[in-house]
Amino acid sequence: MKTLILKTASNYLLPLLLVFSVFILLRGHYLPGGGFVGGLIAAIAFVLHAFANGLDNTKGLLRFHPGFLMPVGLGLAFVSGLAPVIGLDDPFMTGLWFPEPFPVIGNVGSALFFDIGVYLVVIGVTLTIIFTISESA
Amino acid sequence: MLAAILLGFLFAIFLVFAGKFFRGKLAVLSALVPGGLFAYFASFIPQISSGDIIHKTYQWVPAFGVDLSFKLDGLSLLFTLMITGIGFLVFAYTASYLKGHKYLDRFYGYLSLFMAAMLGLVLSDNLISLFVFWELTSISSFFLIGFNNTNPASRKSALTALGITGFGGFFLLAGALLLGSITGTYSISEMLSIKDTIAGSEYYILAVIFIFVAAFTKSAQFPFHFWLPGAMKAPTPVSTYLHSATMVKAGIYLLMRFTPVLGDSQFWNTTLIIVGGITMVYSAIHALFRTDLKGVLAYSTISALGILVFLIGLGTKSAFLAAAVFIIVHALYKATLFLVTGIIDHQTGTRDVTKLSGLRKIMMPVAIAGILAAISSAGIPPSVGFLGKELTYEASSHAETFTIIIVIAIVLTKILLLWAGFVAGIKPFVGKLPEAHKEVKAPDFLMWGPAIILAVLGIVFGIFPMLIESALVKPVVSSLGADASEYHLALWHGFNTVLLLSGITIAVGILLYFFLKPSVKLENRIGKLEFISPKSLTEKGTHYFSVFSAFWTNVFQNGYLRNYVTTIVLFLVVLVGYVMFGNPTVLIDYRQLSEVTAYELAVVIILIAGVFYTVFTKSRLAAVAAMGVVGLAICLIFVFYSAPDLAMTQFSIDTLTVILFVLVLYRLPKYLTLSDYKMRIRDGVLSVALGTVICLLALQVLAEPTNSEIGDFYAKNAYILAHGKNVVNVILVDFRGTDTLMEIAVLSISAIGVFGLLKLRLKSTDRSQ
Repeated sequence: MKTLILKTASNYLLPLLLVFSVFILLRGHYLPGGGFVGGLIAAIAFVLHAFANGLDNTKGLLRFHPGFLMPVGLGLAFVSGLAPVIGLDDPFMTGLWFPEPFPVIGNVGSALFFDIGVYLVVIGVTLTIIFTISESA
Repeated sequence: MLAAILLGFLFAIFLVFAGKFFRGKLAVLSALVPGGLFAYFASFIPQISSGDIIHKTYQWVPAFGVDLSFKLDGLSLLFTLMITGIGFLVFAYTASYLKGHKYLDRFYGYLSLFMAAMLGLVLSDNLISLFVFWELTSISSFFLIGFNNTNPASRKSALTALGITGFGGFFLLAGALLLGSITGTYSISEMLSIKDTIAGSEYYILAVIFIFVAAFTKSAQFPFHFWLPGAMKAPTPVSTYLHSATMVKAGIYLLMRFTPVLGDSQFWNTTLIIVGGITMVYSAIHALFRTDLKGVLAYSTISALGILVFLIGLGTKSAFLAAAVFIIVHALYKATLFLVTGIIDHQTGTRDVTKLSGLRKIMMPVAIAGILAAISSAGIPPSVGFLGKELTYEASSHAETFTIIIVIAIVLTKILLLWAGFVAGIKPFVGKLPEAHKEVKAPDFLMWGPAIILAVLGIVFGIFPMLIESALVKPVVSSLGADASEYHLALWHGFNTVLLLSGITIAVGILLYFFLKPSVKLENRIGKLEFISPKSLTEKGTHYFSVFSAFWTNVFQNGYLRNYVTTIVLFLVVLVGYVMFGNPTVLIDYRQLSEVTAYELAVVIILIAGVFYTVFTKSRLAAVAAMGVVGLAICLIFVFYSAPDLAMTQFSIDTLTVILFVLVLYRLPKYLTLSDYKMRIRDGVLSVALGTVICLLALQVLAEPTNSEIGDFYAKNAYILAHGKNVVNVILVDFRGTDTLMEIAVLSISAIGVFGLLKLRLKSTDRSQ
């Protein structure tokens, strides 16, 4: 499926979709969205790129195997849950929030980091499965 | 105290990294770990013997009442000293016994893991943490029994031991949960203070049975005893440490620990007396028919454990005293005999007692250790074994019912144990040295040193019983809930029945030793009865079970996805259909339904068209694309009914699913053989049935009055508690965040599974193995 149009478009679509996925991730706490959907969108972005440019190019773009995102994401989610236990002696997964919202991002709390963890895990899982299957199909 | 328990675990982890330094000459240094712990626990002796009990609590899972709470009383102290003291000697012994072994560091790792688990077990005051440590001892024992993992017999024995003790572990957990639900606490000390509640509960018998099964499996009581002789496949230090001195006594510990809590009933006492009695006689007789030294020792160990269970069952003050002394006696002489056996095996290469004699000429110190241990095991004065035997007889002769039978049983057992002790401790060293063993070398100090220390202690404690009396024995009795202050241990109690019984035991036992030599002929004779032993019955049972499970697996896990799906759908239809057939309450209130709009109608038409196209198309890719159309149509319906989060996710998932399908199907040929007519009708009927059932189910759900309490809570508190306005997302990342954490973990596991299945395929050369 190497068409010139898709190939050219995918070069612009990839960053655009990635930015969009981050946007979806960040708005999740107030409006429809969140880490899971955001992760899926980011994964779709990479899959689209792989369709247009071939799997090897996408892999070269990523530089590392997407599977490594899984432990990173799991670790981030776990640590965000563990932070209140270590820092404040509160129960696991207690929500911690910065008192003032940050510009652009909005309110930042442990739930956001948890969601980022979910986001990374979803990208990692989806890309690992799809890349593995398409390589061995 | 937590540090003391964790030290063993930390050392085991440390060995993973620094193992190669401990494989060589430094190996003996690892004995410093149990040695240091022994000194630490010994420093508590004065405090404990004055009647103090030391408590330490660390919170672990406070929400479920599971704490790491430790209690050091007389009973725990005795066990900790045995674990660390014998551990110290065994660690040192191992350095020489397994010198130069490739995996010596790993062996030490397992040993210290076991030691830490065992310490945790005897110090835990919380039943749940006790259970965790209990299982850890089973697991470390599994690794140690199977240490020679290239030997299939070793592996099988390890599995048997794990199977039996793990089976008991389940019962311990069940017992713990049951006691927890009766009393509302998992703390043993707190249970003690409300023991009347437990005794009055209707579940009392059940709780006792659970604790019994756990204790009997761990302490190798009949009919669960057979794993212990099998466990003798382990290297001898392991047999010494786990399977005579410490781990098998964990069951005894559990019974003693629960004696004050549960032990106030006829059921408790009678069961223990019967089971302990059968075990001690049965396995003492079995010991006669063994020629392998370790076999003799294994059966005599089971018999000794039977005596302990029996004494706990008697439940009198003197029985507790006897049990406390006998634990010390047995640990000292049995560990010595095992160490001696290990030395003989290591130096001569055989444990066949019919081939061993006259070894005193080569290894005098070992012979001394063996003979002293045999004396203590026989209960000949002035050894501590004599004290133990006197007390046992004293307790048995005061049994309330069936006194005669009980006394005969215990005397018979003791006679046979005397024989076993002599065979293991004296027989190899006396007589003429056979030609084959002329070239045998003497063992080095690290091997005979520990044996002789333990053997000499057995005599010293006998001559000076005050050394252990107030320091160890009496605190144990008082933690069993009895007051032993007026008792005094002494070798001489005057002429009485007990002394007469002792005399008979020693005389008959020595006569038996001279007339009955262990022989292969005897061993073969008992082999004929093997087919009705609990071991073969269990093995037969497990064999049929595995045949059945193989059949079951072949029927249901046949590897055809279509069969899985058919089974699942059929099951669902039958089950849900059956329930709904019973109470048909489908009511459709047409007035409640909102009006159908034009675009909803359009989407539904597209959806139906997609379904039909999927079913009737002849191309795989077209079917997949049509499935995508169906999915997207459903997404649109979600959007119409204000579930944007769901729609977004479903939309992405659908896209990815179609991509996945295309990736897989793209390379496959076109449909070569379509499924035949009958199969298609069957599948069609099944699909329609499922659709109907789900539809009816949805209607029935609508007819039920909705309970919106939970939904209201989330909606109200999403912003207040979690600073979020999107309730769905707040539930996912905050209210039920732990669920999400587990779910993403499962996702990762499935991705690793896909990766593993497709990437890590065995090469054809590996597969044939």
